[in-house]
Amino acid sequence: MKALLIAEYRQGKLLDTTYELQAFAGLLGAESAMVLVGSPADLPKFSGKLYLADVAKYGEYNPDLHKKVVLEAVAKENPDYIVFVHSSYGWDLAPRVAAALRVGQVSEVVGLPDGKFEVTCCNAKLRRTVAPKSARTVITIQAGAFSPQGEPQGAPQVEVIDVADPAGKTEFVGYEAAEQKDVDLTRAEIIVSAGRGVGKKENVQVIAQLAKALGGELGASRPVVDAGWAPHSHQVGTTGQTVSPKLYVACGISGAIQHLAGMKKADFVVAINKDKDAPIGEIADVLIVADVMQFVPAMTARCAR
Amino acid sequence: MKILVCIKQVPDMESRFKLNSEGTWYDEADLAFRMNEYDEYAVEQAVQLKERLAGEPEITVLSLGPDRVVEALKKALAMGADRAVHVKDDKYYQKDPWQVASVIAGHAAGQGYDLVFTGMQSQDRGSAQVGVTVAELLGFGCATTLVGFAYEAGVITAKRELEGGSKGVVKLKLPALVTCQLGLNTPRYPTLPNIMKAKKKEILVQPVSELLKEAEVTGTGGMYPPAKRGGGIVIEGEVNDQLDKLMGILKEKTTVLRAA
Repeated sequence: MKALLIAEYRQGKLLDTTYELQAFAGLLGAESAMVLVGSPADLPKFSGKLYLADVAKYGEYNPDLHKKVVLEAVAKENPDYIVFVHSSYGWDLAPRVAAALRVGQVSEVVGLPDGKFEVTCCNAKLRRTVAPKSARTVITIQAGAFSPQGEPQGAPQVEVIDVADPAGKTEFVGYEAAEQKDVDLTRAEIIVSAGRGVGKKENVQVIAQLAKALGGELGASRPVVDAGWAPHSHQVGTTGQTVSPKLYVACGISGAIQHLAGMKKADFVVAINKDKDAPIGEIADVLIVADVMQFVPAMTARCAR
Repeated sequence: MKILVCIKQVPDMESRFKLNSEGTWYDEADLAFRMNEYDEYAVEQAVQLKERLAGEPEITVLSLGPDRVVEALKKALAMGADRAVHVKDDKYYQKDPWQVASVIAGHAAGQGYDLVFTGMQSQDRGSAQVGVTVAELLGFGCATTLVGFAYEAGVITAKRELEGGSKGVVKLKLPALVTCQLGLNTPRYPTLPNIMKAKKKEILVQPVSELLKEAEVTGTGGMYPPAKRGGGIVIEGEVNDQLDKLMGILKEKTTVLRAA
């Protein structure tokens, strides 16, 4: 069995998620080769063949060109699986590759129970196994679901891929930086986060007071940030920050997969939620079944004593 | 300009989900259905573009599914779409993303659409494949996960949401397909006069069998609730008792409260 792993390079840097692809291939028991549109000066540690298209020549993400690079490597390697991370890169590029090859895709794989591809659905309230029916399959894996074991090692055998430069249908203009951060959640030891379940903007202050009483920082889920209840710099999740505090208190957060991806490295998770069956309960060390607006002020008072 | 907006009707995600008798999808009984949240941003963006272009574009909204999806189509018509296509399919959940995309592309081919809007993914299946695959099948330029959209003289300038709050800015010419992310805009509520007007708009019904030409390339093995992680403690009861238990656990199992 052979897997072609599609590594990712963004804003001048090889992304660490590359090693999650390797960990996944290891679990599949697949021999692997890699593709990278990136820099020869920043190659992944990897013992195997690496098809490299130089970013200096091709530039950063251009979907039509990157599709061509991947298809070229597929033709050379003849892999059973073509594996991406389910990132803004992977979910954009993977279906293009699958459509070009007319093969199946399994999106955002979170596990391999009995060798089956497991994905989540309905906001992580259900799981589903997906069975490929084509000879070859494109896979995207959930970021953070397959942690690398040990330090990556090795040096790849590089084969340069040169594709004729197509006039892609999408022209990359540039990056727009994230808003200035007023808080660095990645260094916080305690994070108390507000989710949609807090109900309204004023209630986010109640959550912030508990964060303060515990000596921690305020976090937030995406709906809270989109509603304008908290600034983006406080957002935890796939499109926010990935955090690893000693204590994470999730207040009124249902546990959408994108949020879990950002906080599941927390050492200890307390969830406060009215719904005993909320998916956050799956990963919480302690689930308090309660109304957030009753429990949190009581906890703040207790911690402030 | 001809615009197509693809929408899906999904259950309210706050629902309690049960499985169907085959264990391959959720049981639809007792569920409340609504328009997929991401698709509401797609409809809104199409209507905003029509308004900015002085009403010139014609907006068609399409949904694949059983009879109930007509409610989602009516909402899109009341938001400002001009006509609707209901691709009728009671077994929609047995189609894989490749088949769904092929059906949509089958409808779109020959209709002369210049611009297609979809949500970035559905809230129930969440594959994030259908929009991009439709673009590939139609040979359209495509950008995903839009949090910004501007249109000028046949060129779209899109802001794609990337990880960590940064954005990627891309330009693409028509014909094009874009997939919409939360935060792109604020979807409007249909007003009563617009709901009344929508009742007169055309809803074309087409059986899926007329459009489906492809076999599935992935299938569902099984569906099940997630396994609860072992060791997780659930504390119910009165708030002060819950607090006593929680503080005890935090002091015992973590280092963060020991100094307190």
